Amino acid sequence: MSARRRALVCSAKRPDNVRHMKLRLTKVAVFLAALIPLGRLGWKALNDGLGANPIEVITHSTGDWTLIFILLTLSVTPVRRITRQYWLIGIRRMIGLFAFFYGSLHFLTYIWLDKFFDVHEMLKDIAKRPFITVGFSAFVLMIPLALTSTAASIRRLGGRNWLRLHRLIYLTAILGVVHYAWLVKADLRKPIEYGGILSLLLAYRIGVWASERRSRPLVSAPAASKITEA
Amino acid sequence: MLIGKPPGIPWSEVTPKSTYLNRRTFLTAAATVGAATLADLALGDLANPAMTVRADAKIDGIQKSPFSTTEKETPYKDVTNYNNFYEFSTDKYEPASLAKNFKTRPWTVTIDGDVKKKQVLDIDTIIKMAPPEERIYRHRCVEGWSIVVPWVGFSLSELIKRADPLPKAKFVEFTTLLDMRQMPGQRTDVLHWPYVEGLRMDEAMHPLALLCFGMYGEVLPNQDGAPLRIVVPWKYGFKSAKSIVRIRFTTSQPLNTWQESAPREYGFYSNVNPNVDHPRWSQAKERRLGEFFKRPTLMFNGYDQVASLYSGMDLRKNF
Repeated sequence: MSARRRALVCSAKRPDNVRHMKLRLTKVAVFLAALIPLGRLGWKALNDGLGANPIEVITHSTGDWTLIFILLTLSVTPVRRITRQYWLIGIRRMIGLFAFFYGSLHFLTYIWLDKFFDVHEMLKDIAKRPFITVGFSAFVLMIPLALTSTAASIRRLGGRNWLRLHRLIYLTAILGVVHYAWLVKADLRKPIEYGGILSLLLAYRIGVWASERRSRPLVSAPAASKITEA
Repeated sequence: MLIGKPPGIPWSEVTPKSTYLNRRTFLTAAATVGAATLADLALGDLANPAMTVRADAKIDGIQKSPFSTTEKETPYKDVTNYNNFYEFSTDKYEPASLAKNFKTRPWTVTIDGDVKKKQVLDIDTIIKMAPPEERIYRHRCVEGWSIVVPWVGFSLSELIKRADPLPKAKFVEFTTLLDMRQMPGQRTDVLHWPYVEGLRMDEAMHPLALLCFGMYGEVLPNQDGAPLRIVVPWKYGFKSAKSIVRIRFTTSQPLNTWQESAPREYGFYSNVNPNVDHPRWSQAKERRLGEFFKRPTLMFNGYDQVASLYSGMDLRKNF
């Protein structure tokens, strides 16, 4: 019996609680890994490692990681389909919530360390500065997604509605990249990198959508099972 | 078989008496050179180069200036590790290391255009044109942060007077070195190289406009624009061109690099002005490095004495 076959048999025989245990451990690992960027910032802050303009470093770092987690959460579906690692869906919610977490830190940095809670100044900014308007919108659009991230919410909203609502992440991602591109002075290389990755991830969905449209009569998947395919 | 006398040591091998007598000097010299090399290597690796004070970097005979502010100077470490110097990198933390081996000697500056004495001047000739002064200036970046730096140099007017521009010269244009080998940022096209900046003649002749070759009492560090830059304290930082190789006098207004890059956002004048926002962000406040709260930005960066240069001009249009 080949190693591969043995592995298949084993996994088929493996009781559910073992698989569950594995996912839980993976989640713990992902959770801890997702805190590394924050830990690094904290460590540097305590050790005088944030350089000449610490607040700028904090703003840029939390913004970067928000975008990275948004792109990661959008990568889950293509990666699990292409690699057939279907269990990956089990960590997507956590990654999405980390995008919201870093987005919140980024937003907090802005309202606290940049605007010092001056509401008037912030409103002026949001009205006058396109890159703030866009960034603010991207953040606000993530709030309903974070609030409805629980299994209970999926049940309450119904799979199809929940799915529709959570497609807002595409808009958040696009606005997030535009926010970045509009704030840089001349060096567009990083926003272009993020934009390139986002384009691939969106193109994948358009491709899937187009091919499903063509073969629709053959597919009759119930809405609930499609949640995992978003 | 006759075996001759064993061959003696030929005279050619004999150490001359003088060398013999000097052998200790030679050994000492060798040891000194060796030790110095080792020390240099060790220190060069261990100490942060941006923070090491080289003995020969001190500038002698620096005079105080009435133009200096009494505000707290920004730490040397921050001014040498946080640099907008796109010729090296668009990342402000990178020029400190990328400019480490930048060659500032030999260095010449070409003076040309509408000027009586077109000439190529050696950097060390320029530096000796006038006594060095310390000018502690506020420096405000267009991005919204500011620093206080004790620059060393003398008024730009000293050089301009000696160059003797023609009456028709109305502007002065400054060009930064173009050398992709030494300046890796120039291998990217984030800006159109070489970097060009310009001043109106009366701005350039204003005593506050500084021709600068040092800071904190020492030779200018590479990442801060060595060996020669200008400092125009009432304008946003990008107007203060670095690592200058050419000073050209012109009748028409030069097209400065940032204006060329984004004409809607960066003008020719670029005076610090809290009332005229950058199209994408407010200029009303600034973060002084080292301070937690933002402080209000001052008109002309607090250098009101330049206001008369712009009387009658609409500073919203001429931003």
